[in-house]
This record gives sequence, C-alpha cells and structure tokens, in this order.
Amino acid sequence: MYAYDELDRTLLNERVEEFRDQVKRRLSGELTEDEFKMLRLQNGVYLQLHAYMFRVAIPYGTLSSKQLRGLAHVARTYDRGYGHFTTRQNIQYNWIKLAELPDALASLAEVGIHSMQTSGNNTRNVTSDQWAGVAPGEIEDPRIWSELLRQYTTLHPEFSFLPRKFKFAITASAHDRAAIKIHDIGLRLHRNAQGEIGFEVLVGGGLGRTPFIAKTIRPFVHGRDLLSYVEAILRVYNQYGRRDNIYKARIKILVHELGVEKFAAEVEEEWRAMGESALTLDDGVIEEIRSRFSYPAYEKLPHMPEELKKAAQVPPFERWRRNSVFTHKVQGYSIVTISLKPVGAPPGDATAEQMDALADLADKYSFGEIRVGHEQNLALPHVAKRDLPALWKALDKLGLATPNVNLVSDIIACPGLDYCSLANARSIPIAQELTRRFANPDTAELIGRLHINISGCINACGHHHVGHIGILGVEKNGEEFYQITIGGRADEHAELGMLIGPAVPYGEVADVVEDIVEAYLALRERPDELFVDTVKRLGVEPFKERVYATR
Amino acid sequence: MVTANRTADGAVIYRNAAQGWSTDLSDAAIVRNVDEARALLAEAVADDVGAVGPYIAPVSVKDGETVKPGNLREHIRQSGLTIDLLPVSA
Repeated sequence: MYAYDELDRTLLNERVEEFRDQVKRRLSGELTEDEFKMLRLQNGVYLQLHAYMFRVAIPYGTLSSKQLRGLAHVARTYDRGYGHFTTRQNIQYNWIKLAELPDALASLAEVGIHSMQTSGNNTRNVTSDQWAGVAPGEIEDPRIWSELLRQYTTLHPEFSFLPRKFKFAITASAHDRAAIKIHDIGLRLHRNAQGEIGFEVLVGGGLGRTPFIAKTIRPFVHGRDLLSYVEAILRVYNQYGRRDNIYKARIKILVHELGVEKFAAEVEEEWRAMGESALTLDDGVIEEIRSRFSYPAYEKLPHMPEELKKAAQVPPFERWRRNSVFTHKVQGYSIVTISLKPVGAPPGDATAEQMDALADLADKYSFGEIRVGHEQNLALPHVAKRDLPALWKALDKLGLATPNVNLVSDIIACPGLDYCSLANARSIPIAQELTRRFANPDTAELIGRLHINISGCINACGHHHVGHIGILGVEKNGEEFYQITIGGRADEHAELGMLIGPAVPYGEVADVVEDIVEAYLALRERPDELFVDTVKRLGVEPFKERVYATR
Repeated sequence: MVTANRTADGAVIYRNAAQGWSTDLSDAAIVRNVDEARALLAEAVADDVGAVGPYIAPVSVKDGETVKPGNLREHIRQSGLTIDLLPVSA
C-alpha cells in the first residue's frame, strides 16, 4: 500500500470544498450547465440516461480494506447499494444525486480516494498490473512509477486541457495484464543490457472508433528520465494534436498520420531540447516514493500445506482453485482473483455488502489489501495457501466464488444502453444471457481460456476490439444489432479482432457465440490450443462459414 | 415531446404543457410538427436551472391518448433497466 502524505490529504480536502461550492452555485443557477459541465467532468461526474454517474479512481488498482469500505459506504449511502468496477481500475456509481455529491466526495477523501481526472481531456487514472508487487518474475513493483506519474500528472496545467483524454498503463511483467498496448502511452518496465531499470515506451494505442495497437517509439528510457520523456511526448501531442475534430484528436491519430518514425523523431528532438531539467529524477525522489509503499511481513510457509492437500479432495474447491488461484512471488502464498461475473449478473458489479465483507476477508487473509483488474474482477494479493479453503468457503457464501476466471463467462462488458447516454445497444443483457448459456463449469473448462468483450457503442468501453470474441452493439433502423469480431487480444501479443460478417440481431447473439465456440472445439488441434491460437492458425473463414451458413 | 434530466438528481423529466416538468411521460406536451417541437425545446432550454440537456424525442400515441416512448433508448429512460440488477448466484 502507498501511504498518502499531508500534501495529498490537503489537496483532496481542498478539492472537495471547491466542488461543494461549484455544486452549490450550479443548483442556485449562478452557474449555467455550460459553465458547470467541465467542472463536473473534471470531478468524474457524467450525466447518463437515468441519473448522474460518478466515476472514482482506484490508482493502479490498489485498495486498502478501509478504502473498500469507503466505496461500500458511498454505494449504500448515496447510491442504490452497488457499484460497477470498470475496465480502467475505476468504480462507477450510477444513481448519484448532484446535491449529495460533495458529501460523497468528502467521505471518499477521508479514506484517500478521489475522482479527479476520471473524465475530461486530461491525463486519466494511471493503471497498472493488478498483480503488481506480487507477480513472480516482475522487474520491480510498477506502482512506484505509476505513483510518480500520478503525482506528476494530477492537476498539471499543461495536461489539463489536452486535445482529448489521455491514458497511461504500466506493466513490469513479461505477461501484460495491464493492456498497455491499447493505451495512449504504454510503459513496459525492463532491464537493459547494463542491468539498469527503464521503460520501453509505446505510444498511440487505443480503441474506440479508430482502433490502433500502440507502437514502440523508444526501446529503453532510463527510469530517471521517465517524466521528461513523457513530457516530451505530451508536448508534441499538445503542439500537433488536432483540436478541430473530436474524432481525430487522440494521440493515436497523430501517431498514425505523422507516421511512428516522424512522431518518434519529434519527441526525441523535444526531449533533447529539454536537456537535463527539473524533471530528471534523482535517486532520492524515486526512493521517497518507493519508501512510501509498504509490503506485508510474509511468513515462511510451506509450498503445499496440509489444509490445501486436504481441500484438494473437494471437487468444487479444486475447480475454484484451478481457475482463481495464481502463483505468488513468495512461497506459501497465492494471488486470488475474485470473479465479479456470477451467472446471470451484470459483469463487474458488487454490492455494498459484498464490498464490506470482502474488506473483512482482506483483513483476515490478505494483509488488508485488495486489487482491481481491468477485467472487472477483484483480487486478494497475499493469501497464505493454508487459508485458501477457508477463504473459498467465505467467498462462496457471498456469491464471490464463481470458478470462471479467464473462462468464457468471465465477460468484460460496458454498461451499455441500460445506463449510458452514448450507447446504441445494450451490453449487460447480452453478457447475462451468455453466462447462462455457458453456465456449466465443465463446459467452460473444456473450452478453456476465452475472453468475450462487449461494447454498446463504438466508443469501446468494453474493449470489444481486443476480445477473443468481440461484440459491438450498433443501431440499425431503431433495432439493436451486433457486430462480431474474433481473434483480438489485449496482452503482450495484442491484436485487433477481425470482423466475421454482417451484424446479427439482439436475439441471435448468444446463438452466434455458441456457434463460434462449437466451431472452435471442432477445429482446434489439441485440447490446449487456445481459441485465439486456433483463430490465428485458421483465420475467420471457418468460423464465418459456421455462423452464416444457416443465417 | 421534449425530455431532459433534472438538475438536482438527474431524474428523467418531460416538458409539460404548463411550462413545467413532470417525471411522468403521460404528462408530457406532445407536439406534432417541427415548429411546435422547436418552440417547446426553446422553452425547455430556457430553464437551465431546473433541467439539463433537453432534447426532442419521439413518442407514439395510441388511440389518441396513450403515450409511449418512440424508441428503445426512451423506453429504457422511462421504464428503467432491462436487466436483473444484482448478482444472484455463485
């Protein structure tokens, strides 16, 4: 966990009071909606179909149990008893009243949480690997650098009025769980030949209307130069990024139109001109940030405790362990992913009661720490293996032990037309129907790793372009239709999915997905050939044939 | 009709014939041509304190009196979520 200092606390409290005054003036009519809109957006407040939506940042996906209780409190007191975890390590509340927002913000500030820059044309919540600090083989905890970027970019005047929103993601593992290649700037921490720590810098990734996979503009930037290099990128973006057309304003368009070589050359020139500057980090600054992260005092524990051996004889436990429990860097401990995808429920939703109970379980079994992943699941990052059976029983009682992590029903979905004012079609009911179709856990395990992503419009909050199976809702003559892509992925081998054919109506989407999955089972070379690998080997044609032969 | 969200709490509201707002679609002022729609919208936009983002939306009127939303978006705004809300099973 990172410990905020007095400066952070003062900033949050001042921000709450500033927003309280802005809301008061809006409600009295002193501020028009035109004047107020940007102010509310800078505090994560949108207006959706039914109500205001309030988006709260969970920097690099790390929460203390106290903070999770704080999120539960807001859900219970100011909303309708639940929250929705998003694909960018945020939580959204869907029914907030404007008049009560300042009080909700104040209660979050008490536990060191805020909503600054969760909307608007600025640098957004810096996201990272939800297994940061506990993943085996990690170069270093990427949250140290995420926190540096968070402090640097928060309320930075030059980055508060960018051409469009701007998103960072950082990973320090070979396997990318942070989806860095679909971010405006993706940073991969690694060591150079001299053993120094630095970053591969990727720029221009993003989904939405015009999706691109990020491109590497520099294979290694030393850690001390991270901020100056990032500033050089943002200066080039600020200088050349288009402001005349919202659809052309993201940095991915600039990188594409200039060409990555030219863009990289512009950044290098800007960076050289900056020279040694106040942005060059000395070791003391980095160490100061590093020192504010605390880590658990792990016990020396056996690799295979008796409790685990015994529980392995219980099939439901063993199924859950197989799918939800992952290797920790410390022997005797595990990382446990908590599925927020129970059969028939909205993906990523958690009730206030579940959040409170999970906070208690984190205190009991995970040194009081919880993580949030972009797959819309939570994780307990430090669970002793001996405690896994007891944890499983407790999670099961809460409806939080669905053994489907990374399987076909572990669906990523945006709120869609049930909530969102931008959506053209519903996402959640499609996800719910698919979880029912694939509810049999034996079938799900037979299929193996398969990620379905659903977006209710081209803005792609459900990351449909990088779903192994991607589903995009569109509107045709007043009816909901869905385009289906296959073969996308968001990891270190990130690719955009390929369209299989014409859009299908709402009522046929689940049938189409079943057809695709059945085709895969018939076409795969071996039981362990993953869906994406079969698509890579065969292309879309056999799947297209299967889906459209009878339609 | 013209619809918006209420400023204080974001609730869905409809412009009525008495130059006010109602949360009930059946109270909405129904207009049948472009000029009437523009006039109703202009009146709604003028109430910047009470409502946010007014716009013209379609309705269907059955038997001359029963008013229904004219598309799925407006149906969801009027009737609420189409989904089972909370996690129910493990």
